[in-house]
Parts: sequence; structure tokens; C-alpha cells
Amino acid sequence: MGLGVDDGGCTILHVDMDAFYASVELRSRPELHGTPVIVGGAGGRGVVLSATYEARAMGVHSAMPISRARRLAPDAVIIPPDHRAYAEVSRGVMSLFHSVTPLVEPLSLDEAFLDIAGALRRLGSPTAIGELIRSRVFDEQRITCSVGVASTKFVAKLASTRSKPDGILVVPAEQVIEFLHPLPVGALWGVGEKTEEQLERLGLRTVGDIASTPVATLQRALGQATGRHLHELSWGRDSRRVSPGEPEKSIGAEETFDDDIDDAIAIHAHLLKLADQVGARLRSTEQVGRTVQLKVRFADFTTITRSKTMPGPIDVTQDLYDTARGLFDALGLQRARIRLVGIRVEGLQPAQGAARQLTLGAPEQGRREAEIAVDSIRARFGSTSVRPARLVELPPGEEYSR
Amino acid sequence: MKFRVERDVLADAVAWAARTLPSRPSLPVLAGLVLNVSDEVLTLSSFDYEVSARVEVACDVEDPGVALVSGRLLSDIARSLPAQPVTVSVEGTRVIITCGRSSFTLPTLPVEDYPQLPAMPPASGEITGTLFATAVGQVAIAAGRDDTLPTLTGIRLEIEGTRLVLAATDRYRLAVREFDWNPLSTGLTAHALIPARTLADTAKALASSDVVSIALAPPGAGEGLIGFEGNGRRTTTRLLDGEFPKYRTLLPNEAASIALVETAMLAEAVKRVSLVAERNTPVRLSFDGSEVVLRAGVGDDAQANEAVEATVDGDALEIAFNPNYLLDGLAAIDSPIARFSFTQATRPAVLTGLADVSATPSDEYRYLLMPVRLTG
Repeated sequence: MGLGVDDGGCTILHVDMDAFYASVELRSRPELHGTPVIVGGAGGRGVVLSATYEARAMGVHSAMPISRARRLAPDAVIIPPDHRAYAEVSRGVMSLFHSVTPLVEPLSLDEAFLDIAGALRRLGSPTAIGELIRSRVFDEQRITCSVGVASTKFVAKLASTRSKPDGILVVPAEQVIEFLHPLPVGALWGVGEKTEEQLERLGLRTVGDIASTPVATLQRALGQATGRHLHELSWGRDSRRVSPGEPEKSIGAEETFDDDIDDAIAIHAHLLKLADQVGARLRSTEQVGRTVQLKVRFADFTTITRSKTMPGPIDVTQDLYDTARGLFDALGLQRARIRLVGIRVEGLQPAQGAARQLTLGAPEQGRREAEIAVDSIRARFGSTSVRPARLVELPPGEEYSR
Repeated sequence: MKFRVERDVLADAVAWAARTLPSRPSLPVLAGLVLNVSDEVLTLSSFDYEVSARVEVACDVEDPGVALVSGRLLSDIARSLPAQPVTVSVEGTRVIITCGRSSFTLPTLPVEDYPQLPAMPPASGEITGTLFATAVGQVAIAAGRDDTLPTLTGIRLEIEGTRLVLAATDRYRLAVREFDWNPLSTGLTAHALIPARTLADTAKALASSDVVSIALAPPGAGEGLIGFEGNGRRTTTRLLDGEFPKYRTLLPNEAASIALVETAMLAEAVKRVSLVAERNTPVRLSFDGSEVVLRAGVGDDAQANEAVEATVDGDALEIAFNPNYLLDGLAAIDSPIARFSFTQATRPAVLTGLADVSATPSDEYRYLLMPVRLTG
């Protein structure tokens, strides 16, 4: 790598796991190393959640329908996702980051920004810290990651992307311009398809093109804020700090059915399964939420959401299910064909110190205690060891598909 | 059809009948009010298949007949007319309303398409309008507003001879009101689940009646319907299905401590302290010896506390409540002294009202309030 010798002032790290879900799966399927592997919903309508680099080389990418991925990579092994395992690896990785610096800003399960300014004296140069993280992630979790090292968040993120897979790239402060300007405009934070099109019309194709365009021109074309923002970025200026503990705003789960479902009883079973997942996630992350949102997408893709705010925060699967089911039943659907249902909990707060409005007539040791017990059984014996009775009789992945 | 009536009489009657007009009628005719004139009597009625309302007032009849007009328009017009006699007549397919020097012309709706109002069940017993309105108001505050739990949006009415019980709960509090009434037959036992909002509206509108009669359809005849009548005004409503929770088992039989507090002072203190309680965070009450200390706010957030004089008999106790639920209860007991009875900080508290600190506690009205648990 031409860049990356002088790492002075490069105190921002962006660490990103390589093909995260797929890498986690490969730990238990070592024979699949070097082959195309896709993690995603097994049914005909699932989407690709993650794919190994071998599969990506065939054109497979995240969010692509599984059916399409199958045509592109007919030999690929398709593995259904195990979110519990990913969450566990994620927790391990995040706590490793926290042992390096308290300034960790997780962006998702598998990537985070780290501000290591305060760790230099203790752990060495930014490059050394980046390498330390890479080797510790592999030692502890048996998955690889890529690290971008720079003086700003946005350049660090670009650098980690450029070093994938299993690499590290340092962009010293004085080489930022050199690094940025040849990149296509799409590399800039906040440039999506639409903005890219607008820039294309102005004849701006690279970051360097943007940098040499007057701010006023950009602002006329893209609006005040966006124009200014892109211009700043094109010169490598990004004043955002690494802000730790940006809490999740909501936790949810949704499911697209293999075939549309018009049977309310079958929908109830799926809602229970989703409530079970969301409840387990709330409890494992020690959070509670007050608003339950139900999402329903019909066969014609019209999508509706209904939500209900509880008198106090909840984290119990049964409460989530009762609420979501109540919202669903209140829609009064007459055998409408449904493509997707989802449950989301908003208004999250830490479970610690949260006040819970008690319910008249409910036993003091109730569902919550039972569900916490179930959580610990599942943690030890697997996610299918204990399930709500009405989900047991249905073979996983097959239920109600005709 | 042609009649003449005083403006205030018309406005009152129309207001009663228009209460049940559906905001989004399933059939166009349901947006109408039926005007029926015969034998010196004007009858106004409306019906939305759930609730029906009917009122009779005396008027000068020139020409008997029936007409159906937009209820919303008629009630807006009746309310705004000057205080002079009003003449209403039908000419062809139009209704003409004249009052003083103003006149209105309204199109009629096809009265032959209007559904038949359900028959009023025979009266079961009577009660004064003020008692009825107070009792229903005390209970309705605890009824659920969540349409996904329809059973809890109702008020349970139980008749056991001369005793009438009203109860409502949204699972977080329970309000129970018991009182004597005058059944028209002896040994009557019955129960019903009445939509709380409809019952509360009805009771309030009938508060000025000297006598309100309650008509619960006997089993087998027009079941699923209850009627109320007072001062020539009638209403019927469909009952809710479903099993109301067995609330009697929730009422505690014993108490570990009893606290007496001046209701108004406590309510003021709760309002003040809960200013810092963010949405739905509780207010904590520590009862000990001769005072109750109220606290709200936790950690780094804003905090508040206030002490209020109290007589505490029994164990000291700290308990937390949703401040709004507590305030609802303090308002509903409608008494100078609030009497709390506690067992544990995680068990329901019972709130009752006393006329003064030495009065004998009564079970006429009980407000059961489930605490909030502070998880640590």
C-alpha cells in the first residue's frame, strides 16, 4: 500500500467485519472456506443478508433476492441466518473495542468507529493499534476484519472499505486529498443514486471534480446543506466526533412469507415468533421499550403500520405478542393476502432503573421471570431448545407454506 | 308536517338526539335525525345500529307527519337560532325552518330507508339522575380506552336486588361503585357490560332528571341491549360481549398500613412534584409516621420532592404510582380526606374517601391502584 507510513494524527479507526454473517457461519463449517456461501432467508422470497467474497465475485450482494442470487451463483451454499450467534460475536467484538478505548461508536452489529487518541501512549501507534485489533478479533472470534485509519470518520470508513477483505489502510492527514480526489463521487458520505445522477449532469464524476467546483454552484444544484456538506467532504473535512453510546432507537423483526398468507391464525403464529425474537433481543441487550409497532405489507405491496404506546416500558414476549396481535386483529382484515409482517419496539430505554407499571391480578413472578429462564436455557442449549408451544409443532421454515 | 316549538326546547331535544349521530355513517340515512310529529308531541330520534336516542317534547302541531333531515345541520341550526318560537314544516322534499326573521331550507332524506329503532326493554328499576351521573363518572375514569381490548372499554353493571354495582378497569386500576336503587321487581339479579363512553355521556346528559330508569332486557327478549330513560329522553345501547375480569378477587381483604391525607393538599403536591416526572415515570410516595414524602425524577434528571401531612397507621412504606392514575383517583373519591390502604409496595393500594378523619370508612366507592415497580 502506497499510503500509510506516517500515521501521526490518525486517531480515528473504522473497524468492519468482513462478510460478517457469512464469516460467523464458516466458523462451524470450515469445509466451506473458499467457496461461495450466502446467508439469507431460505424461502423463495428471502433476501441475501451476507455473502462470502467468492459469492460476491459472482455478482451476489446484500439485499438481493435469494432467487436472483441462486441464478448468479448456482453452486453457492445457502445458510439460514442465526441472529443469536451474530449478536454474540458482535458483543464480543464490541467489548474488545471497549478494552482499547471508551470512545466506541457502533454503527451496526459488525462495524464501529473508535477514537484512539487517548490510547496511543498505552498501546502504541494507530497502525499498531489497528493491527492489534485485527489480530485480537481473529484470535477471539475466528473471523477477519478490515481497519481504516485516518484523521476523520469519513476517510477512515473509506479506508476500511478499500482495504477489504482482511486488511488495514492508513491514510495520513497530508495524503487525504491524494487519496480522495480520484475516487468516484458515490464514495462520498450522503451521495446516493439520485445525488450521483445530479452530479453526473454537472459533469462531476470524481471527488476531485467536486473539490474544484465552487460551493455556490454545488449549492444551487443540490441545495444549501448538501452542497456545503459535499464540498467539505471532498476536501477531507469532517468535523463529526466519535460519539459513544448512541443508543439504538428501536428493535424490530419482520418476516416476508414464502407465499402470501390470508389466514389470521397463521399470521398470529408468525407474530408470536417475531415477538419472541424481539423480546429476546430486548432482554439480552437489557432494554425496555414503550411503543409497539405492527407492520403489515399486503400482496400488492401497500404497507401499513399501527402502533400502540403502553402505560409503561415492556420487554416481555407475551406483552409484545398480545399488543401486536391486538393491533392486527383491530385491522379487521377479511382474508387479506399478506406478504410481510413485522414487529418493532420503539422508545427504548435501559432496563436498569426503568419503572414498570404493574398489572392488576397478574402474579408477581410471572411471564417475565419465565422468559428470562427460557433465555438462559436457549443461551446454553440453542435457540430451538425451548419455544412457545404453538411454534413447536410447525417444522421451521415450512409453517403454513402451501 | 308542520309544528311550532320554543327555540330552547328544540335545541335541547336536538342536542340529545344528535349525540348518537355517527361521525362516519355507514349508510347516508344514518346521518339524519327523524322528526315525527303527532298528538301535540314532537319525537326526535337517531340510531347508528349501536346506540339509539329518542326524545319527546310538547309542541303546537299544525300538521302531523314524519321527516328525516341532516342531524348535524339541524343541531347546528337549532343551537344558533334566536330565542323565539321556531316553525318547522315540510314542503315537497324540503324542510323549512323559520325563527324570527331567519329561515333555513334543508333537503330531506328518504325516511322510508331509515332503520327501525330497537324497542326499549321494560324498565328494571330507578335511580336519581345526579346519583347516576356521579356514580358512572367515578367508575368511567378507570375504563380502558384501548379498542384492542374491547372488554375493558366497558363498565360492568351488576344488579343484586336493591344493590347496584358499577365497575371498570383498564388492568392498572379498578374503580368499583356500589349503591342502593329502586328495582321494580323483587329479587332481581342481572349483569351487563356497557360501553363506557356511551354510558358516561348518557349519565351526564341525564344528570338533571329526577328519575332515571334503567331497562335491562331480560334473558330471551331483546338480549344484548340496555336502555336508559329520564325526562322524556331515552337511549338504548348494545352491550359488549366478553367476560369482564373477576374483579372481586382483586380487592384486598387486609391492610398492613392505612394512611389518611387531605385530598386537595395531596393532589396539589402530586401535580407539583410530577412536573419533573417525564412521560410515564412514576411519583414515589414514602408514608412514615406523620407525613408522606413525594418524590419524582431520578438520577441526573430534574428532581422534586414535597412533604404532606398524613396520619399513617401501620408499617412505613414506599410505593410508586403513575401520577395521572393517582390524580384520577383523588378526584374520583370526591371527599375531603383520602384514605389509602396498603399491603405491599408491589400490591394494589385501595383509595377511598372520607368526610373527615374520624368518619367510618365505607366501601361505597373504591379505587384500586396498581403501583409501579422500580426495577433495580
